[in-house]
Amino acid sequence: MTLYQIAFLVAAFLTLVAALMTVSSPSMVHSALWLILTLGGIAVLFLLLNAGFLAVVQVAVYIDAIAIMIIIVVMLTQGAVRRQLQQVSRAWWGAAVAAILLFVGLLMIFNQTPALATTAPPLLQSQEAMLKDLGQALVDVNHYILPFEVASVLLLAALIGSIIIAWPLRKPESEGGEG
Amino acid sequence: MIPLSWYIIFAALLFCIGLYGALARRNALAILMAIEIMLNAVNITLVAFWRYITPEYVSGQAFALIVFAVAASEAAVGLALIISLYRKRKTVAVEEIDMLKW
Repeated sequence: MTLYQIAFLVAAFLTLVAALMTVSSPSMVHSALWLILTLGGIAVLFLLLNAGFLAVVQVAVYIDAIAIMIIIVVMLTQGAVRRQLQQVSRAWWGAAVAAILLFVGLLMIFNQTPALATTAPPLLQSQEAMLKDLGQALVDVNHYILPFEVASVLLLAALIGSIIIAWPLRKPESEGGEG
Repeated sequence: MIPLSWYIIFAALLFCIGLYGALARRNALAILMAIEIMLNAVNITLVAFWRYITPEYVSGQAFALIVFAVAASEAAVGLALIISLYRKRKTVAVEEIDMLKW
């Protein structure tokens, strides 16, 4: 047991427990707080994988932006949540069976994959040089400029789309919902 | 050092937890959270394979960054939809959102 293995096991255990609490907690606010712990544990795993930049992005994008946004929406819709006591559907056992079956199937595939026994090869260059390479590859014509630009257009479309969707209704009586 | 299989089994477990949440919860927000967990599990797999199999390329990290962008836009649009639905129907339970069913 090296220090890295202990760190991995602690982070992975915490992440899994937090994820289980996220999907099973009856209170939505608690669910969202457990989600933050899950995302933080994954940031630690990114650090263990020598992907420091991704760990920072994980904290900045997921914990800072997405999780806070989810908490705000939970609080905006709190009235409906309090009224609705039953959080899981009647067929929750079907979902559990599907998830367990998927896990067993994945384990069977992993058993046949020889590459999974490898340990990490040493990094060829320092973290700083890797980060520089990543930044240059993202805007390099021969590498990933097309996915990069598509992602930026997607973000712009999501921005405009969510503003239009969440725009306040001017005449609620003319809309389809009966309240 | 940590074997690759630990990461992959961890990511599979996390993905299955997320799948259970997405299928079993009635709250649209909880389903969105479960989907975020599943996207994170996929990201861990992607970065683990990059680190252990092809650390000389940057493609694994570049892919993970694109997944981040997609997850952010998905969360933004999903939350806007939930807010809009809550305004119209005063509910976030997915089986009560049946305006397209007839």
